[in-house]
Amino acid sequence: MMRIERTIKYEGDRVRGFGKEIMSVPGCEQLVSCIQCGTCSGTCPLSIYMDFSPRQVMALTRADFKKEVLRSHTVWLCASCYACTTECPRQIRITDIMYALKQRAIQDGIYPKRFPIPVLAKEFYEMVRRQGRITEMLLVIRLFLKTDWLAALGSWRLGIGVMRTGRFDLRPEHIERRAELAGMLDGAGNGDAKPRETA
Amino acid sequence: MNTNPKNGAVRIGFYICHCGHNIAGMVDCAAVALHIAKLPGVAVSRDYKYMCSDPGQELIQQDIREHQLNRVVVASCSPLLHEHTFRKAVAAGGLNPFYFQMVNIREHDSWVHTDRAEATAKAKSLSHAAVCRVRFHRALETTRVPINPDVLVVGGGIAGIHAALTVANSGKKVFLVERDPSIGGHMAQFDKTFPTLDCAACILTPKMSAVRSHENITLWTYSEVVKVEGYVGNYKVTVRRKPRYVNEELCAGCLECITACVFKEGKFPDEFNVGLSKRKPVYIPFAQAVPPVVVIDPERCLQVRTGKCKKTCIEACADRHAIDFSQKEERVEVQVGNIIVATGFKLFDAKRIPQYGYGHFPNVVTAIELERLVNSSGPTAGEIVLRDGRQPKSVGVILCVGSRDLKTNRWCSRTCCMHSMKLAQLVREHTGADVTVFYMDIRAPGKGYEEFYDKSLKEGIQFVRGRVAEVTDWAMAPEEEGKLVIRVEDTLAGFVRRIPLDMIVLAAGMEPQADSQEVRRMFNMSCGTEGWFLEKHPKLAPVSTFTDGVFIAGCCQGPKDIPDSVAQAGAAAAEAMALVDKGYIEQEPNTAYIVEADCSGCKSCLPLCPYTAILFDDAKQKARINGALCKGCGTCVASCPSGSIRQNLFEDEEIFSEIEGVLAYV
Amino acid sequence: MKYSYFPGCSLKGLGRSYEESLLPVMRHLGMELAELNDWNCCGATAYMSVDEGKAAVLAARNLAIAEKAGPEDLMTPCSACYLVLNKTKHNIADYPEINATVQRALGSAHLAYRGSVKVRHPLDMLVHDVGLDVVKEKVVRPLKGLKVAPYYGCQVVRPYATFDDAWNPTTMDRLLATLGAEVVPYPLKTKCCGGSLTGTVPEAGLRLTYILLKEAVRRGADVIATVCPLCQFNLDAYHDQISRRWGPTRIATVYFTQLMGLAFGLPPEQLGLKRNFIPMKPLQAQPTAA
Repeated sequence: MMRIERTIKYEGDRVRGFGKEIMSVPGCEQLVSCIQCGTCSGTCPLSIYMDFSPRQVMALTRADFKKEVLRSHTVWLCASCYACTTECPRQIRITDIMYALKQRAIQDGIYPKRFPIPVLAKEFYEMVRRQGRITEMLLVIRLFLKTDWLAALGSWRLGIGVMRTGRFDLRPEHIERRAELAGMLDGAGNGDAKPRETA
Repeated sequence: MNTNPKNGAVRIGFYICHCGHNIAGMVDCAAVALHIAKLPGVAVSRDYKYMCSDPGQELIQQDIREHQLNRVVVASCSPLLHEHTFRKAVAAGGLNPFYFQMVNIREHDSWVHTDRAEATAKAKSLSHAAVCRVRFHRALETTRVPINPDVLVVGGGIAGIHAALTVANSGKKVFLVERDPSIGGHMAQFDKTFPTLDCAACILTPKMSAVRSHENITLWTYSEVVKVEGYVGNYKVTVRRKPRYVNEELCAGCLECITACVFKEGKFPDEFNVGLSKRKPVYIPFAQAVPPVVVIDPERCLQVRTGKCKKTCIEACADRHAIDFSQKEERVEVQVGNIIVATGFKLFDAKRIPQYGYGHFPNVVTAIELERLVNSSGPTAGEIVLRDGRQPKSVGVILCVGSRDLKTNRWCSRTCCMHSMKLAQLVREHTGADVTVFYMDIRAPGKGYEEFYDKSLKEGIQFVRGRVAEVTDWAMAPEEEGKLVIRVEDTLAGFVRRIPLDMIVLAAGMEPQADSQEVRRMFNMSCGTEGWFLEKHPKLAPVSTFTDGVFIAGCCQGPKDIPDSVAQAGAAAAEAMALVDKGYIEQEPNTAYIVEADCSGCKSCLPLCPYTAILFDDAKQKARINGALCKGCGTCVASCPSGSIRQNLFEDEEIFSEIEGVLAYV
Repeated sequence: MKYSYFPGCSLKGLGRSYEESLLPVMRHLGMELAELNDWNCCGATAYMSVDEGKAAVLAARNLAIAEKAGPEDLMTPCSACYLVLNKTKHNIADYPEINATVQRALGSAHLAYRGSVKVRHPLDMLVHDVGLDVVKEKVVRPLKGLKVAPYYGCQVVRPYATFDDAWNPTTMDRLLATLGAEVVPYPLKTKCCGGSLTGTVPEAGLRLTYILLKEAVRRGADVIATVCPLCQFNLDAYHDQISRRWGPTRIATVYFTQLMGLAFGLPPEQLGLKRNFIPMKPLQAQPTAA
């Protein structure tokens, strides 16, 4: 049975000011000069997995289609390899724009529940805030528990390998002046931007 | 003070122009007129909508007659625009035109202010200054400087050739100087030209021949301009003529010397074939070279470098004795009235974009290299082949290589879309290969160009809209083995594609010549921010420069195709011819003069004059200025220790009174 | 030569063999490394994804500590830390609002950062400060016959290509050649390994790793040399998952410092080589004289 969908965008679908908001983030100003050449998507190793290509995300952002951008997988599939930023003929810092969009998505809670990447970011954020450093194995375990612990079981071989090669460590790494760091972090940025989880 | 101690009571007419909204939008003109009316010596003070219009000019003339004005001040736009207009109006009213002073309250005031009160205050201040100054003006006469009717054209590409022929056809003498051993420029290297697919050589060579045989053109190839002195109408140019070691008059172009050369085969990269073939030290650039004379490369010829060679070339030329190793570099001086600079462009070095693999992958070539392959007189006799001799079955053309890119050149090179489509058509015609053009935009604005784009589509050339990120040689699928793979986002189709190809052609853009800064200094021109020679006005004066008598044409002014280069060449020729036909230049009388009584004969001014206008009278032991040569730069005036050098229109009292006028408001 | 040293969380955790091989090699070359006192996590990609102001403050704390500690040069072996610290430096210098946030937060902990720290990578220091001639002198066991694919990864050359070319870097190539190894031309030397996506979105992330391994094997390399702990883990630890999904590839991945240690004749146990999932093939037997 053929699935017919109607897609048309009205002016009401745009969130006026979203593009400007993103372009006002330090490093993101050049987005205004984008000529949609497609070099970013052409060089991005992950673009073939994205629903909107990096180029499309740039166009959508500039045109204020906030919901479409933040709901897409694209920003979360960005591996921050900076190939796009290096190749862009208009010198647009695409990777930094992806970060800005990630921040907006987390702030507004627009990402699927149990989607590993924003969960990883949140856990990482919390662990550093508390301890000042990351203990990778602890982070990985927490991530699996919060997203897909069945998959964690599936990675038992990897776990054994890490133990065998002596890289397994559950002792939490931490700094001495933890309270000092927590205080510094809490006073900066957008208050205590604890990422929320929503569907 | 309402008198000038030198010539009696002054009666000043002051006019402030609204310039529509340009000035009146920010400056309260009526208030300024009222304010100036109160100053001593001002007989008439008016504000008017458009002073440069006929009624505006009439107003000045009428007032001069009716109110016995002997000074006029107009506060309006830039003197560059209308000083001439108002001086003529003043003269038509019966007053010496140099009793006029202009104040710029548009570019200097209205256009740079956002506060009305401040703008009006400044207008009052500037106008007051002019009114104070104009008291001290004296009657002056312009001098006429004759224009040398000869014209120098620098650069023998299509623009230079066309300019030279146009001027020469009007009966004037032209010196055409070209750095390479032959004229023809880049156009000589092309195969067919868009959009008509005319053979480039077929349409160019008649013009080249015409240059050679024209009685009014002196053609100096393998020569460079090294010094330019003087000014409009009176340029003295030094040309360095490099030695060919071949006598141009005697050489018949039989090419026997090349065959006889001790080098059995070509060993050095052939410049005309962009390094795709090799030549010997003795060579002719291409078959239709003008002049059809052989040239010997001093850096490669054994005889020139070491003095030890069998000189089989001389043997081969036994009956004509055209080869002469005793030739030396010559410096020749010419006197011309006007100069047309048509020095062309340089190609972007595609190695600067390592992502495309030029210089690394053998089958990545530039568009000009493909032109030479396609051309039947090229290194492969018109066979389009890969480096290993096979014919390509699939070819990709990448546009905007080096252009429209902030990392390299930000401009569009204007011709690449068209010449890439042309090459695509020719490749398809010659080989039947699949051709894909990778583009961001297709720019086809000229006459017949859109039709050419459609022709490309109809001939089955594929177009993929996506800027190529990289060219790789690692395969991800079996059909990619052994090929060059382009990974690109097909933005129109909406997915990323990997396309394997045999040959990749890079449409490398145009750049200013490597020595454009030295050249522009030599001709006293400017370069724009992108490095191209700067025109006087981008729309209304595209072939003039800020130096009178020096014109530019063709790609040295900015990237363009052949029709536009020829059009500019004709335009530059016309401008030069206009000056020559008039026969003289009216020289602005802002020249310096020496008050003999005060001159101490210290001679410190003599070496300072850039126009060598100062002479020393040994008998009187005084310096003297030749008014015809003086351009009024003011250097000697400022330097003279005894203050005996003065300048017309910039006398001390004029300047000081102007300063006082402005400071009255501080 | 005295340097401050910022290990980063990974060099104390999954990437500990990087530190284990880096420190003795540096010592052997006469470089003194002083680990930054009470350094904190740089934030990697996670903090930038959550809040930019906090990310800047987090990284800047390390810069402030480094500035106070003394030596201008801060050696940062981990690519992610290298990128984040450099980026923070640039942001503080270029954007007044970030500078204000950072100085305010640092001030609350009685710290300050005046912009004098140079964040540098060990490859940079080895090739430019120490010099390849000095390295060559220390080679007692040239890595003859060992074909190495030099893999830089992305964040050490992009976007701040300070000590090497972003498209075709050669510092590690030259270093490996100095050690006597045969450097295999490797066109994927700066392509992304998948980063943290190998764990979170394996069908995408692991495939990037697979492509790197496949091409290295195709080009005839015996081993891949890396500069980044995450790259090393990705290239080393997922062979069975990759084989199951796309096909077998088996090649060892080591840190360039481990290769240096072997060439200098340092005992292999000290270089953390046993921590590799895929063991490196033994070096050709050869006399130990240089």
